[in-house]
Amino acid sequence: MNLLLLIGIPLVAALAVLASRNAKQVRWISLTGATAQLIASFALLFAFKTERAAGNTAQMLFEQKHALFPAWNINFHLGVDGISIAMILLTSFVLVAGVLVSWNVEKMTKEFYFLLILLALGAYGFFISLDLFILFFFLEISVIPKYLLIGIWGSGKKEYSANKLALMLMGGSALILVGMLGLYFEGGRSFDLLQLSKMSFDTTTQHILFPLLFIGFGVFTALFPFHTWVPDGHSSAPTAGSMFLAGISMKLGGYGCLRVATYLLPEGAKEYANIIIVLSAIAILYGAFATMMQKDLKYINAYSSVSHVGFSLLGIGMLTQTAMTGAVMQMVSHGVMTALFFAVIGMIYDRTHTRMVADMGGLMKVMPFVATVFFIVGLCSLGLPGLSGFVAEMTVFVGSWEHADAFHRIATIAAAMSIVVTAVYILRAVGQTVMGPIKNEYIQLKDANWNEKLAAILLLAGILAIGIAPFWLNDLLKPGIEVIMQKLASVN
Amino acid sequence: MNSSFYIALIPLLPLAGFILLGLFGRSFFKNSSGIIGTLFLLASAALAVYVAYDYFSGSATIRPREIAFTYTWLQFSDTLSIDMGVLLDPISVMMLVVVTFVSLMVHIYSLGYMKGEERYPTYYAFLSLFTFSMLGLVMSSNLFQIYIFWELVGVSSFLLIGFYYNKPSAVAAAKKAFIVTRFADLGFLIGILILSWYSGTLDFNTLIARMTSPESDQLKSAITSSFLGLSGLTWALLLIFMGGAGKSAMFPLHIWLPDAMEGPTPVSALIHAATMVVAGVYLVARLFPVFAISDPAALEVVAWVGAVSAVIAAVIACTQTDIKRVLAYSTMSQIGFMMFALGVSKYGGETGLGYTASMFHLFTHAMFKALLFLGAGAVIHYVHSNEMKDMGGLRKYLPITHITFLVACLAIAGIPPFAGFFSKEEILLAAHENSPAIYWIALFTSGLTAFYMFRLYFSIFWNKPAHLHGEKHGEGGFAMMLPLILLGIGAAGAGFTPFGKYVSTDGSPLESHIDIGFSALPVALGVVGIVAAMWLYLKPTNRPEKLAASLSSLYKSAYHKFYIDELYLFITKKVLFNLVGRPAAWFDRNVVDGLMNLTGNSTEAVSGAIKKLQSGKVQQYAIYFLGGVIVLAVLFIYVWK
Repeated sequence: MNLLLLIGIPLVAALAVLASRNAKQVRWISLTGATAQLIASFALLFAFKTERAAGNTAQMLFEQKHALFPAWNINFHLGVDGISIAMILLTSFVLVAGVLVSWNVEKMTKEFYFLLILLALGAYGFFISLDLFILFFFLEISVIPKYLLIGIWGSGKKEYSANKLALMLMGGSALILVGMLGLYFEGGRSFDLLQLSKMSFDTTTQHILFPLLFIGFGVFTALFPFHTWVPDGHSSAPTAGSMFLAGISMKLGGYGCLRVATYLLPEGAKEYANIIIVLSAIAILYGAFATMMQKDLKYINAYSSVSHVGFSLLGIGMLTQTAMTGAVMQMVSHGVMTALFFAVIGMIYDRTHTRMVADMGGLMKVMPFVATVFFIVGLCSLGLPGLSGFVAEMTVFVGSWEHADAFHRIATIAAAMSIVVTAVYILRAVGQTVMGPIKNEYIQLKDANWNEKLAAILLLAGILAIGIAPFWLNDLLKPGIEVIMQKLASVN
Repeated sequence: MNSSFYIALIPLLPLAGFILLGLFGRSFFKNSSGIIGTLFLLASAALAVYVAYDYFSGSATIRPREIAFTYTWLQFSDTLSIDMGVLLDPISVMMLVVVTFVSLMVHIYSLGYMKGEERYPTYYAFLSLFTFSMLGLVMSSNLFQIYIFWELVGVSSFLLIGFYYNKPSAVAAAKKAFIVTRFADLGFLIGILILSWYSGTLDFNTLIARMTSPESDQLKSAITSSFLGLSGLTWALLLIFMGGAGKSAMFPLHIWLPDAMEGPTPVSALIHAATMVVAGVYLVARLFPVFAISDPAALEVVAWVGAVSAVIAAVIACTQTDIKRVLAYSTMSQIGFMMFALGVSKYGGETGLGYTASMFHLFTHAMFKALLFLGAGAVIHYVHSNEMKDMGGLRKYLPITHITFLVACLAIAGIPPFAGFFSKEEILLAAHENSPAIYWIALFTSGLTAFYMFRLYFSIFWNKPAHLHGEKHGEGGFAMMLPLILLGIGAAGAGFTPFGKYVSTDGSPLESHIDIGFSALPVALGVVGIVAAMWLYLKPTNRPEKLAASLSSLYKSAYHKFYIDELYLFITKKVLFNLVGRPAAWFDRNVVDGLMNLTGNSTEAVSGAIKKLQSGKVQQYAIYFLGGVIVLAVLFIYVWK
């Protein structure tokens, strides 16, 4: 399968959106493009499985390489393994759902959908790049639309949030750029991920470059203490913006931490693993406690994202096969879950015009569909078996427990304690919002529309597919993680 | 079709019921969902009975622990994986029958009790979900599998307690139940991690084999490692027991159970009396060989937690006025009996009597406690109140409820030949042989049990003459009476089951132990309890008030449930919210984010300051230039000579 298709479809869709004449056309073109992309992603999964079943054990499949700037040895190099495919599937799910929930955006519809698709395009490109230069290029493509989405279609203190988000992500990018150039010059003038992975950088280089890359990507994935763009950014963003931000953008960072920082610089990863563990354990527990005190639904989910994404970083920091698999599972799981969470919050906000937990009550009575979905996604967040969050978190816990020393044990127990705190804040939000007596002003409210239902069902299907049958995701990710583990094992 | 196919159908039928009713109940089966759910469960119960017959009728003298099938659900590492499977051994097969039977009774009863309820289909969907989860729990062949279903029964319980979701008290009770058990489950989870790390497996059969044979390396490393004075194995088992204590409402994690009575009464009968709350007992029983053979210290803890819970709950039950709360504390007390019976037991042959007795009591308790709750439901249905003061003299109006309730009270009080007598005698005997202190506590508690149960009985059915307001209606239809009668037969006759023949620690049959000489004392105490209750509550008198006044401080603190709720409230509200949550949120907004903003602001300030340098005015540049030359000249002349 030609991977150019994955960037071609969104590119064509984005251009078609620009060329369309009215809002209705824009919506349907976007939906068609997003659906085509979803189908292409499944086709990719299928083709990948077929190739693997046929005995193709290459690290990356469907590789292609075109020279861009031969003088600087920059190539348009694409390829995928199981980890990338999981991420691409995630992006496709969130894209279709995001297009559907934005159906009623009236303000500058064309520009809104254009930016949304552009953002997804950046993510697709990022996940299939095997050349650091184009990987960085796609990462930046996905930053700019966020600034505009929040600044133009946002709510509340949107200018502040948009600036903060863009500046912090740009700051992260700057670190990545420096780290990347370090790799380029130390690694014999190459940006190629596969070539760089065969190099063995000397210890000093690794110790200098690893923190640059890890923190740089870490800013994207809310590494404590660089997470503060998350609550403001999410709460100001329009619904689809929040879905993309938490569902996809934060995963770009996690993917980068794993694929670039940890994979290329194993000695650096080992050197700084304990710091990563401490920071992520803090993020998990402290994020959960901070969530407990939030009053606004979007802030609740934003802080809870800080806590949940901490599991990804914790898994990476543990440097064991199981924990890392759990980390990637958590990226996928949290991506789908949080997108759905923001989608439902948006649905509630569109109707009640408030996001304050204290102002709600009894929504189950008037909008059973929205309330039920809210309830299920809450249960997923608190790690109920049968839903995706449980599988990912348990895999991280079991993987973390493979270390027998007190330090790792304490970190794991601290992280595990969050399951109780999570239950407290989720049940508080759910109990206050959808349960309890209904307020008079909400009696007239209507349940979800067809587009909202479709979006919710799609994302729910993702949550259930991982939660009920985790083995397919586990099998998909395992070989990719093994490669990283071998690289880690090759250094002491 | 082989037998594992039938076994798989037992939980899958309720699951199918849940999916069908959950998705389409409200639109297509508005009125028929009760019948549909009940039929699914009837099929499931029939299969369970068939499987039990098939399993127990074999001529083998040793009953094996066999795994009907497994499927690798999630492979963590080379050694650890979650396998979804079905484990058949005497206790799991017994539980299959208990769960499906009680659940079927509750399904039938609810046809009458919940009739006309707005969310009737949802109710049956949740009941089916619970039944599925509970069946999955009892069949689990893997330690993590049991944890998965453990969480699922927890959430079903949450949904059903909070079924009347527009009542704030129901929502609060549901949240409390979930959060308290979640806290206990944290212990369970860490216990699983520890145990699986030492044993290198999550599979029950392998785990038990490795952790009970003295020469296995896994057991040696688990016993020799030590943390804070306890071995790794003790930590693992105690933490796992913490999960069990939470689910089984053992002291001090019991505070959610009385509040859980906010749920519909049939739900209380099923979840909070007969099945889910005994999951903790079942969990200890499941790992019993590990407890008994390798770690008697942990088992000692189980025994004492059980005994303390039994007596505290019985004392509190004597003072409560809400009939469902009396039953809730009674449940806690009886589960305490089951727990300490396990705790005093040993492994193998005659010494394993406590284990058999515990499982026997679980079995008989499911019958009579479900009956008590369903009977209480019929009473509440009739008088529209949970409070004792609104009841009295109902025996003429509710004849079937009255007789079956009496049977259940006699059974729980341990009066021969009702079911509770046989199981409780075995428990007392096991305690007598192994732990005299616990034996005396148990004896005292069983006297109290008879007292508070008959306090309840006389207050509802005798005492003052009934004052009925509004129109009189019947006792409840056939749907509500049939389960009462069937469970009544169970509560009267279940004690005659030759239980030891089927269930014992090592799978070999155990003779029953009823000895008239030994039984005389407990039965006499039971009779004393009944007579005392009769003296106080048969007729309306001021004797109860006088007694309460004479025991003023004890009565008051028991009435307030020994202020344990207030203690928890203090810890959560004051400590966790105000001392941890609030500072964390403040710190994040002001310190962490403050630093980020400070970086941003100072960048801006610096750029603001230096941008003045580039003013574009040639005169200014000339002055800077001149100043620079002078400074450099001074430096060259005087400093770097």
